[in-house]
Amino acid sequence: MAVNPMELRDTVLRITGVNPRKCMKCGKCSGTCPAYDQMEYHPHQFVAMVEKGDIERLMASPSVFMCLSCFACVERCPRGVEPAKLIEGIRLAMIRQKDANHMTMNDVPALLDSEMPQQAITSALRKYAK
Amino acid sequence: MSSLQKIGVFVCWCGSNIAATVDVKAVAEAASHEPGVVFATDYQYMCSEGGQARIREAIREYGLTGIVICSCSPRMHEATFRKTAQAAGLNPYMVEIANIREQCSWIHRDMAEGTEKAIILAKAAIAKLHLNTPLKAGESPVVKRALVIGGGIAGIQTALDIADAGYEVDIVEKTPTIGGKMAQLDKTFPTLDCAACILTPKMVEAAQNEKIHLYTWSEVQSVKGFVGNFTVEIRKKARYVDETKCTGCGLCMEKCPSRKTKSEFNLGLSNRTAIYIPFAQAIPNVPVIDTEACLKFKTGKCGICQKNCAAGAIDYEQKDEIITQQYGAIVAATGFNPISLERYDEFAYSQSPDVITSLELERLMNAAGPTKGVLLRPSDHEHPKTIVFVQCVGSRDTTDCGKPYCSKICCMYTAKHAMMIREKYPDTDVHVFYIDVRTPGKNFDEFYRRAVEQYGVDYIKGMVGKVVPHDGKLLVQGSDLIGGEQIKIDADLVVLAAAIEPDKSARPLATMLTASMDTNDFFTEAHPKLRPVESPTAGVFLSGVCQGPKDIPETVAQAGAAAAKVIGLLAKDKLVGNPCVAHSNELMCNGCATCENVCPYGAIGYIDKEINDHGRREVRRIALVNEAVCQGCGACTVACPSGAMDLKGFSNQQIMAEVDAICKP
Repeated sequence: MAVNPMELRDTVLRITGVNPRKCMKCGKCSGTCPAYDQMEYHPHQFVAMVEKGDIERLMASPSVFMCLSCFACVERCPRGVEPAKLIEGIRLAMIRQKDANHMTMNDVPALLDSEMPQQAITSALRKYAK
Repeated sequence: MSSLQKIGVFVCWCGSNIAATVDVKAVAEAASHEPGVVFATDYQYMCSEGGQARIREAIREYGLTGIVICSCSPRMHEATFRKTAQAAGLNPYMVEIANIREQCSWIHRDMAEGTEKAIILAKAAIAKLHLNTPLKAGESPVVKRALVIGGGIAGIQTALDIADAGYEVDIVEKTPTIGGKMAQLDKTFPTLDCAACILTPKMVEAAQNEKIHLYTWSEVQSVKGFVGNFTVEIRKKARYVDETKCTGCGLCMEKCPSRKTKSEFNLGLSNRTAIYIPFAQAIPNVPVIDTEACLKFKTGKCGICQKNCAAGAIDYEQKDEIITQQYGAIVAATGFNPISLERYDEFAYSQSPDVITSLELERLMNAAGPTKGVLLRPSDHEHPKTIVFVQCVGSRDTTDCGKPYCSKICCMYTAKHAMMIREKYPDTDVHVFYIDVRTPGKNFDEFYRRAVEQYGVDYIKGMVGKVVPHDGKLLVQGSDLIGGEQIKIDADLVVLAAAIEPDKSARPLATMLTASMDTNDFFTEAHPKLRPVESPTAGVFLSGVCQGPKDIPETVAQAGAAAAKVIGLLAKDKLVGNPCVAHSNELMCNGCATCENVCPYGAIGYIDKEINDHGRREVRRIALVNEAVCQGCGACTVACPSGAMDLKGFSNQQIMAEVDAICKP
């Protein structure tokens, strides 16, 4: 399915609420990432690639599934860019493209846990419930 | 609307600033139909000589009694147009400004909407002008003495320059010595001259200058009054050492048994005694007793310093003293501090003594510092072989731990540190993580490049993600964005270039001075380009980092500029005041004191006066405004329950006329 890269970018930005233009390209996300060595593209590259609409290349890379969703990059980003949320948005876009969402809206409330970030639950599910 | 005013309306294009969003000809046309308007025109730049000439000509030709200028904010050019009016024989307070730039063209995109609003604003100004009356400003004398708050390099330089012009200056410094942050530094960029060598002569000069009086260990407690005539209360904290008797021999410090307090001057890297001077060249060279560390104060026993003092200068009974002094001008020079890094867990600042700030490194490299200038790790006093510098720690950081601005000085001092370490210890590996290297300034970029090219400092484009203390080493993990890898360095010492923030005393001081601040607690300047050393509050001037991050050369330049402004003010014998002040209608005033309570300037008092109320004579208590102190804020006019208080130039009637004009369909 041919998708307009800019439309895809806007979808990813809309579902994540991330604004990649806030990035000042300091690389702290990639400096902190514990899964860096397993990735082909790294957190700071994710942000730059999404901004440019270069998303299909990202989707084709296993890197998006190497992210541990540990949120260290979100915690430490000095500009509040939230790269892990962006990566999660890409995973979600991939799943939507394959029409293979493993959850329905109704499943979510039962899985909520005040101790755990909601984003982490959903991303873990999408990664491992295949 | 009936008055005998003959009004002229002048609509400015401000180039395209206004004309691109407001149809200026339509505004002039609409204004010309308003009652009382006998002339209306538009012009490209009203504030230019050509524009002002048109205003003057129109006043003469049409016999105008008042003018409305539709232009930028009155903060920008009200004074300009008042002078223009005065030059043509009009009372300067018969000028009204309709702000159709900041409050109209700049915030609208649609021409039709912008034009409609501009016409309404013009009509409101015309309606107000019908009720204007000529006002005459009073005069007030100028006290020929200046107060400088803060005794760092900014405050010292300002005071020296003011004193040089022949005026008295007092410096109030809250620590026991003048010198500020610069006294803690080792070398200064870009010439690497030693900070103490160039600062201490200035400190001595300030101390010896007949015109300069130092109040150290003192704080400003209250500020009253207004430009030319401030009354300031200074709290001179008890030193417990008589400054007039102390000879500065230092025997008290030698004998003091309480020796375990962390030295503030050495940033906790060494200890000091309970009776102490911050550093050997402190001015004044008179110790202070820290009552929280002193055994005499804590237990009542000891008194060794008193017994040993040959001059009999130790006085445990000394009390804080309040000094009240009049000043014509006040300069804020309150300086800065590095931010707290406690919340940056990832850099392990609180976990490891070998993770230090750049200011702490200054002390470790200073020949007068805790290690006598030998670079040793705080943990084991070994020479560090691998050193990692991290820039932008807390700067350019929009999270709630950091500061959104660039601290400006870190790129240069980091290059300085890296270069000096490589010079002194060539076997040391020095890595600098940077986001951007910002070195604008004379000989600054050359300096940074020298660190790289001649001294072999390894600059890595990227940020450190985390620092983990492990087995006596610091594991530094960061990004190398140019090499495209995540790198790990086993470091012996990590130096964090912490963001700088205004000193905490600045905010309460700004409240006392009624001087405005920005969201980062830097003092706001009267105009960001054209009046950079003046606060919007008349008579209050700004020097050094309290206005924004800056290095020593810039601070000294700004300190001189602030001094020039102060001298310009003190050279005047009288100041023309603001005639737009409050006044009370004595027939309506019931003496309830509501206005006195809301007045932020203490301008309102009460008198008993015989009033003739329509033939009935009686003595009543009524409000009386001190016109020299009133700043015309209008708080009293709003608070007055009987409607007796009114503001000249902004009367209740005038404001209502504006509102009516805006609401009229």
